[in-house]
Amino acid sequence: MFDIIGKRYWYFLISALFIVPGLIAMAYSTVTYDAPVRLSIDFTGGSLMVIKFQQPATEDTIRDVFMSHGFTNPVVQQLGQPEDNTWQVRMGFADVETVDKIKASLADQIGPIDEASSSFSTVGPAVGSEVTRAATVAVVIASLLVGAFIIITFRRVPNAFRYGVCAISAMAHDLLVALGFISIMGLLFNWEVDALFLTAILTVIGFSVQDKIVVFDRIRENTPKRRGEPFETIVNRSILETLHRSLATQLNAMFVMIAILLFGGASIKQFIAVMLVGMVTATYSSIFNAVPVLVAWEKGEVGRFFRRILGRKTATV
Amino acid sequence: MRERNTALLVGIVILAIVLIWIDWPDNPGIHIHWDFINIDKDIRVHQGLDLQGGLQVLLEADVPEGTEIDSEAIDTAKVIVENRVNGLGVTEPLVQKRGERRIIVELPGIEDPELAIATIQETGLLEFIDAGYTFLEPGTKVETDYLAGGEEGASTEAPAEVTPVETSTVEETPAGEGTPEAEPASTAEPALVVYHTVIAGAGLEDAGVTVIQDAGSTLPVVAFELKPEAASVFAEHTASHRGQYLAIVLDKAIVSCPVIEDAIPDGKGIIRGRFTPAEAQSLAVKLRYGALPVPLRIETTRTVGPTLGQDSVRKSITAGAIGLSIVFLFMLVYYRFPGLLADLALAIYALLNFAIYKFGLPPLFGYVTLTLPGIAGFLLSTGMAVDANILIFERMKEELRAGRSLGAAIEVGFSRAWTSIRDSNISTIITCAILFYFGSTFGASMVKGFALTLIIGVLTSMFTAVTVTRTFIRFTFDAFGDSLRDKRWLLGV
Repeated sequence: MFDIIGKRYWYFLISALFIVPGLIAMAYSTVTYDAPVRLSIDFTGGSLMVIKFQQPATEDTIRDVFMSHGFTNPVVQQLGQPEDNTWQVRMGFADVETVDKIKASLADQIGPIDEASSSFSTVGPAVGSEVTRAATVAVVIASLLVGAFIIITFRRVPNAFRYGVCAISAMAHDLLVALGFISIMGLLFNWEVDALFLTAILTVIGFSVQDKIVVFDRIRENTPKRRGEPFETIVNRSILETLHRSLATQLNAMFVMIAILLFGGASIKQFIAVMLVGMVTATYSSIFNAVPVLVAWEKGEVGRFFRRILGRKTATV
Repeated sequence: MRERNTALLVGIVILAIVLIWIDWPDNPGIHIHWDFINIDKDIRVHQGLDLQGGLQVLLEADVPEGTEIDSEAIDTAKVIVENRVNGLGVTEPLVQKRGERRIIVELPGIEDPELAIATIQETGLLEFIDAGYTFLEPGTKVETDYLAGGEEGASTEAPAEVTPVETSTVEETPAGEGTPEAEPASTAEPALVVYHTVIAGAGLEDAGVTVIQDAGSTLPVVAFELKPEAASVFAEHTASHRGQYLAIVLDKAIVSCPVIEDAIPDGKGIIRGRFTPAEAQSLAVKLRYGALPVPLRIETTRTVGPTLGQDSVRKSITAGAIGLSIVFLFMLVYYRFPGLLADLALAIYALLNFAIYKFGLPPLFGYVTLTLPGIAGFLLSTGMAVDANILIFERMKEELRAGRSLGAAIEVGFSRAWTSIRDSNISTIITCAILFYFGSTFGASMVKGFALTLIIGVLTSMFTAVTVTRTFIRFTFDAFGDSLRDKRWLLGV
């Protein structure tokens, strides 16, 4: 039988290799931009305009127009292909009248605007901070409820509590990878976290837990059937038995997501990219993190690990 | 067992036919008018703002932080906003109260978002003020002695109780004299004039747009008609103030300042300003439905150009279709005969979901507004539906390899896979419920749309991926079981 569990510390190392760069990016981003990821106006408040001109424009001329209307630091970006002549500008809170004036100046100084292909959003600062708070609460409550649900469903298995904790920590692992990814993309390509991104994160949570439940379910089923076998072997067998399903499901989800990434509308591409990263990570962490941690815990390695850390601390003190 | 299965199969076929009828692109809807039964139900796709373009505005009562707001005042404001929105002639507008001090308005396919926002948000307090012999330039801000809060809840009834009438009006009332506006008036410019309000908007019976000929060109104006009580006040005032100015004021700014040339006994008149036809329409709408009981401030707005969304949706639907075809193909190639049955079940799943978007689930909801995140939610739940079948088929294969008979392997495959499917779907439903709550509380309608289609998808997939697939497989096993037993490659083993 192929031994997955035996090499568990290698997998933990691979996870670390993916998480650490993300953590560094988040730390850097926190120092530079006050937030671990780039937050959109949904969370910070402010205004976002997407403008399609009928002729080419330059970043500087657009920025000048916004500056002349009193916006100190507008972020101007080109969207899509250069021949689309579509630009996105992010600025402080602007009311509808100001936007009207800006549009008039833009039309005046650059050229006519294609109104049908343009958009404008503005979010008040109060609403922004409320959304941030609610989003945090939503993610935390979702994780807790799902964790509680696992503990309840697996109550007949010895140490059901461990299953819940392992699923939640593997889920935290998936979240860290996804957040690290968006943080790096934010630093490199100005990707922003908006309300839609929250949806992607919660989907990753859902998928991640679903994946863990399938493997755990098999362990639950195999445990009473193979009383004589050591826990490690039962777990290894359960992973191998569910491997086909994991790969087939992951493959199908990837078909749809990659198709959208390649051919879909620009507005959901970032959303799908985050989801894809999160889902691949979720499948990885079910097989190579959640279950191996369960084994490590069973063999007392988790306790030893913490004791060693604590011991080292007391030694230095 | 066998009869039950046949009954289920017949039920599924009937369901599929109904679903195809609902999903048919030119579905006429249900319109039954027979005796006392009147049913009118449109069956069509409702596109969200991001798909067809439009405007979303979140309005908040503009009162200082911590001030108690009369919940009735917000309700009244909502009704007024609703009436104004209907006056704009938008199809399927949405006006909802959010929490205690907010109203959310969605106007799909609106062409002039700026004017729409002005129509919705401006207080719309109309006053006719006695300007004496001074002409007031349109646009000038003025103070009046009209009690601002006095119109609360008086959008339709309660005529001009405000006007204590009697002709002898003070032309230049000293600032702050007995006016509720005293607070800003006394502190601001010292020489501020507080004008007397002869009639306020509550005295209007009706208002509408008409055109007049002026110096050879047509000019859009707002024609109004006063209620009887207000009309008599108006008649008295115009009779006794001939040659003086009677300024028309909207939200404390002068719209126009005509001279009273003759007494107006019938309470009918026109307001002429420098209006475009659309602006005149907007003003008439505001006057017809009365002033807002609380001032409203814009918290968030989103406008999406119509072609921006269409382009995005066209691309995403194509992409989704490509992705799904690959999934169909994969199932067929990898799981062979059961895969084909799963594809059939998946087709029913897609039909069922689309039918729920169009038809809703009465009495829970009438339809599902499709948004881009909503489509993403659907695709994701499709992935979960496929996953359920994969779980079952993998299990079946395992049991077959372990030497079980075909019939036993099928039954065990379904029953053993069920716990995984059930538990993982419950965890998704938990996350969806939280997303839905988050989305509805904070006007993040895209999050709500995603959660709704995902939850519908998860629930329907439990039916199609388990019940429908099982019925198909049992039926074909009963019919062709003998030939299947010899051709194991057909089962993907």
